[in-house]
Amino acid sequence: MKSYAKKNWSIAIILIIAIAAALLISLNTGVIKISPLEVFQTITGNGSGQNSMVLIHFRLPRMVMALLIGAGMALSGAILQSVTQNDLADPGIIGINAGAGCSVILYIYFFQDQMAASSDFSVFFMPLASLVGSTIAAVLIYAISWKDGVSPMRLILVGIGINSAFSALIIIFQLKMDPKDFTRATIWLNGSISGTDWTYVLTLLPWILILVPLTFMKAGTLNSIHFGDDVAAGLGTHVERERRILLLIAVALAGASVSVGGGIAFLGLVVPHLARKLVGPMHGASLPITALLGALLLLVADTIGRNILAPSEIPVGVVVSVVGGVYFLYLLMKS
Amino acid sequence: MSSRPKQNEKKNGTNYQTLMAALILTAGLALLIISMAVSIMYGAADIDFRTIWESLMDFNGSSSSHQIIRNLRIPRALAGAIIGAALAMSGAIMQGMTRNALASPSIMGVTAGAMFTMAIVLAIFPSASRMTMMLFAFAGAGVGTGMVFLVGTISKSGLTPVKLALAGTAVTALFTSISTAITIHYNIAKDISFWYAGGLSSIQWVHIKLLAPVAIVGFLVALLLGKSISALNLGEDVAKGLGQQTKVTKFIGTIVVLLLTGASVSVAGTIGFIGLVIPHITRFLVGSDYRILIPCSAVLGGILLVIADTVSRMINPPFETPVGTVTALIGVPFFLYLARNDGRTPS
Repeated sequence: MKSYAKKNWSIAIILIIAIAAALLISLNTGVIKISPLEVFQTITGNGSGQNSMVLIHFRLPRMVMALLIGAGMALSGAILQSVTQNDLADPGIIGINAGAGCSVILYIYFFQDQMAASSDFSVFFMPLASLVGSTIAAVLIYAISWKDGVSPMRLILVGIGINSAFSALIIIFQLKMDPKDFTRATIWLNGSISGTDWTYVLTLLPWILILVPLTFMKAGTLNSIHFGDDVAAGLGTHVERERRILLLIAVALAGASVSVGGGIAFLGLVVPHLARKLVGPMHGASLPITALLGALLLLVADTIGRNILAPSEIPVGVVVSVVGGVYFLYLLMKS
Repeated sequence: MSSRPKQNEKKNGTNYQTLMAALILTAGLALLIISMAVSIMYGAADIDFRTIWESLMDFNGSSSSHQIIRNLRIPRALAGAIIGAALAMSGAIMQGMTRNALASPSIMGVTAGAMFTMAIVLAIFPSASRMTMMLFAFAGAGVGTGMVFLVGTISKSGLTPVKLALAGTAVTALFTSISTAITIHYNIAKDISFWYAGGLSSIQWVHIKLLAPVAIVGFLVALLLGKSISALNLGEDVAKGLGQQTKVTKFIGTIVVLLLTGASVSVAGTIGFIGLVIPHITRFLVGSDYRILIPCSAVLGGILLVIADTVSRMINPPFETPVGTVTALIGVPFFLYLARNDGRTPS
């Protein structure tokens, strides 16, 4: 048992080192190359104006954002997979992303023209629209599934329905857009954290700071719920109330992350699986590893996304799916 | 972890399900034919029923309505019925084989594979003919499914239901995102979305000729598979205990899904919703005996797609609303109602 815990700690430490390394590499790369020495000078306050502009105002917030969103989405997926007792569950598949996407599309469709003049203003409203949309989706899913409690199966089925409805609305409005707006919408729907500044980081940060420790505290509850409602009730868990709280946490994590990062697919699905492969199914160990892995994956994906075809950017969600997907398939083949 | 819908195990539930199945297979088939007739009558030029009958019985080549009916409307209605049925059956088979409520043909890499090759073709040869695109889509569907199957087979613990579903999701995510990257890079996002959104608008007899044989073979095998899939749905061990060759069933099941979905996708793009949701709706109504579930899904899928296609022409004429969105908008309320009630009739 002791060596088991030791192994988990060493995995966590390796991940933290990997994140630090990725941060360093990410700081140095980009359209404007900045050497490690210049990075050091800039951070200690002795850099050139251009470097500090690029690093402090563009690159750094974006990297912090990637870490926060990655951890948030991955944890949301982990909670949802346990609560619904389904390995394929993630925020995207039960309609949270689609709800957010739908309201962003509606926003671009109806208000883009009016907002074009004051573009800062319009950019700020996209996250807000998205948060409203994901909340509406979540409330709808829970309200419709509610009937003397919420069974995991009903939750999934209703989530599928809500997802279909919102996806249909997205397509209807998207096809009415002109090509420029259409591409813009496509990039958002596929997840993108470009154009981030510290304001966004500060909007997302409180959510993550509150919700992530809260999730870790719920590890024991997740363990018992994962074994099924009856077992959990037998173990003295107040199943319905806990499920509502956990869902709330999952939706808040996903909603906040999607609102600033767009619909990053696959992250919430795949990262919890990877974490369980590394440290096993007990949530006490798997949740922190999930958060670290999610942060690492999104940071690496974003660094690749903004460099591989620079100066044109690939939506980070696309890179996540390619990098994460290939690795995930490899793991599936090995197991 | 797999999960299946709660089954209604009350005795009157079983009676209700048998009655429902009989109703779907008789009245449902009648409704399918009626909705096809309506689909043939309605369009840019409304045509009355007598003219339709004449065009079938006493074809007059110089009459433009006869031409429209024979060459445009009938193939379109037929394609709707075949594709709707094919997608619904594929979904039923996938959900039964993987024992996962979230499984659907689009999760098996079929549609994503097709979309991937389509994106490449559109990016490199923007002027490719519809036939070329169809062939590429079909090849892509094969590549996608092949990859899912390969991953499952190579892995040490074999092709478990969970692994099939996970590999399918991963391959789907992979192909979808590469296609998205291609479409954004080559600025063809909107072109491919129209195709991706699906539609029966330019269906002709040549497509039916391609679709029909594949679909018929697929239908027959799917019907024969019903019993084996029912057993698989109870769990791998139970199925083996019942003397099943589970590997053979899964292999044949996957091939059938590939044929049915691949043919549909290559003709009509990706029509979401039907493959995922119709099997659930049918399961709520008739229970999880796949010998009944598969044919009933086929009938309901056919009805939904034909009606949705007709509606998609009515919403905003002369433009067509993507049919996949109409299927979702028609089907979602009904589906949510059933999901909420666990399929039981209101009491």
